[in-house]
Amino acid sequence: MSAKQNILGKLRKSLTGTTPIADDFDVDLVTQPYTYSAEQRIPQLRKLMEAVHTEIHLTSGAEWPMLLAQLLRDRQLPSLLIAPTTPHGQRIAQHWANNPGLPALKSYDRPMEEWKAELFNDTPASLTGTLGAIAATGSLIIWPTREEPRLMSLVPPVHFALLKASEIRDNFYQVQQEFEWAQGMPTNALLVSGPSKTADIEQVLAYGAHGPKDLVVLILEDQ
Amino acid sequence: MSTSVIIPTVAVEEDFRTRAHKALGDQQLRNNFRTAMDSLMTKRAAAFSDAHEREHLRALGNSIKARALSKLPDLLEQLEQNLTRNGVTVHWAETVDEANGIVLSIIRAHEARQVIKGKSMVSEEMEMNHFLEARDIECLESDMGEYIVQLDHEKPSHIIMPAIHKNAGQVASLFHDKLGVEYTKDVDQLIQIGRRVLRQKFFEADIGVSGVNFAVAETGTLLLVENEGNGRMTTTVPPVHIAVTGIEKVVENLRDVVPLLSLLTRSALGIPITTYVNMISGPRKDHELDGPQEVHLVLLDNGRSQAFADSELRQTLNCIRCGACMNHCPVYTRVGGHTYGEGYPGPIGKIITPHMVGLAKVPDHPSASSLCGACGEVCPVKIPIPAILRRLREENVKAPDSPHQVMRGQGSKYSRKERFIWNAWAKLNSSPTLYRLFAFFATRLRALTPSNVGPWTQNHSAPKPAARSLHDMAREHLAKQGERR
Repeated sequence: MSAKQNILGKLRKSLTGTTPIADDFDVDLVTQPYTYSAEQRIPQLRKLMEAVHTEIHLTSGAEWPMLLAQLLRDRQLPSLLIAPTTPHGQRIAQHWANNPGLPALKSYDRPMEEWKAELFNDTPASLTGTLGAIAATGSLIIWPTREEPRLMSLVPPVHFALLKASEIRDNFYQVQQEFEWAQGMPTNALLVSGPSKTADIEQVLAYGAHGPKDLVVLILEDQ
Repeated sequence: MSTSVIIPTVAVEEDFRTRAHKALGDQQLRNNFRTAMDSLMTKRAAAFSDAHEREHLRALGNSIKARALSKLPDLLEQLEQNLTRNGVTVHWAETVDEANGIVLSIIRAHEARQVIKGKSMVSEEMEMNHFLEARDIECLESDMGEYIVQLDHEKPSHIIMPAIHKNAGQVASLFHDKLGVEYTKDVDQLIQIGRRVLRQKFFEADIGVSGVNFAVAETGTLLLVENEGNGRMTTTVPPVHIAVTGIEKVVENLRDVVPLLSLLTRSALGIPITTYVNMISGPRKDHELDGPQEVHLVLLDNGRSQAFADSELRQTLNCIRCGACMNHCPVYTRVGGHTYGEGYPGPIGKIITPHMVGLAKVPDHPSASSLCGACGEVCPVKIPIPAILRRLREENVKAPDSPHQVMRGQGSKYSRKERFIWNAWAKLNSSPTLYRLFAFFATRLRALTPSNVGPWTQNHSAPKPAARSLHDMAREHLAKQGERR
């Protein structure tokens, strides 16, 4: 008998003569207190994300590349990792082409193994898109793709994330339903609610534990 | 081994009582716990400011877990099917030895030497670090708290905050001694030191080992919550990811994690959500550029099916490992996590550990409680911990010849003398004639009762029968009333 058969056998024996408990999931309970009007969503998201040291900038579809360039200069970041084939990656490339002298652009265009040391040691910042955000918990929704792989939002010490205001949802339940997550999940899906942090020493909150030390969210108000 | 140090498992000497006495005398330890637990209780209370929502959410959490357990074998099979379809290899282990063996065989198959670990209580249960170190494989904790306790050759003292028994000064000395860095009590600097050391380890590691917070049967998804990013690093950077988890972590639907996640982070840390909620449904696909090439899941029983067999004890498996029960426990706060001697401390430790190691190995666990009820009141999935503690006390004094075998190691505190006394006491209180006789003598011979009755008189005055019994006084009172009428 295999371990699997033994375990399942024991569990089944213990359930003999019982019927499964009915599903009484209460949708209202996880949605009603967490439903917001269009005007409330950005302030709600902002309140929660700023409370955990996220830097948030309100900008527009036209102006964000300029703001991004300014933020990079302010922080004296020498380079930025982008996904050049995405629409936002193309916007950045375009803005950079028109404005010489901006920090170097790097792309995550080959398997991690081929440039692991550079990714870890010489990639100070990255910019990724998001699938939206969740106002109730102050979370960005990130589905890594081939263009924007998993480590792009994790290894560089500064992570810039682009968020369209229209894609801010109310709560996690709504997100699962709208995107039909139950029908198929990607290899990796993430909710990111701030820069990396820990309170493991004396409960003193410290940022920049293992992931990004800074999370900067650019909210495109008109999109 | 070249760079790494052999890290022995802390030898757990002495029994619970001796360890408790030592801990109670350690003022620094008591201050560290008191401060931390007070703060965690305040944060939880603030996070659940709406009592109506809190209570309905707890009821829902309880019902989701009860539903999952009511079809556990089917859900485990569904989980395996979906994970397998997603490219994850699922392994089953009845014991910790089997689980360690599975992990070792995966490591050997890759000729791996360096393992980096995200936080996992099941791996603590398996004593995986010790097991792998003994086989010349470096197994390094990457959660800051776990890293600190591993560096000091200790076990975690709290399931969420492993190094909560230490203050910044103690961590500063530890880092100074073990890592050769300049002494600093600045928490930010200490964390940055940990970050530097562990980044290199993430970079080098051949295998990443993590736990699982919820395994979703419907989609074949492993959900991990964390704040540091070490969980994401562990499950993304090394070429192989091994997740280890108990069979009770499976939930039926993806939507079930919405309330459970909220209950978990609010109960544990008083926060609406952790920094990262990491949902893993498979290894790197052909076209993807990062992520592990292989993902394995080890499903561990280790006594859980024993708890499952009894409908009352089964509720132990509702646990989502938030730690709220220990944060609110007056005993845990005073004696600290190490006193319990096993991986899971506090109230949940007292009801789950006996299934894992047998009651005989932890005979004092069920009785190390004042039964104040705080743990049951705060439990986000409504495990009736005090009732289960009482039940385990019964199992612990069962006669050895009892035909009903509920738990391994049951009856470890059985005493014929005690059983005789209780039987006599029951007889005395259920027979009016005997009781009257007893009351007659007890009130007259009260001077003869002992003034020293074991542990009771260490902190209390000795019990002494009253000069007159309540029955006697009541009779007199009623007779007087009759006269007045």
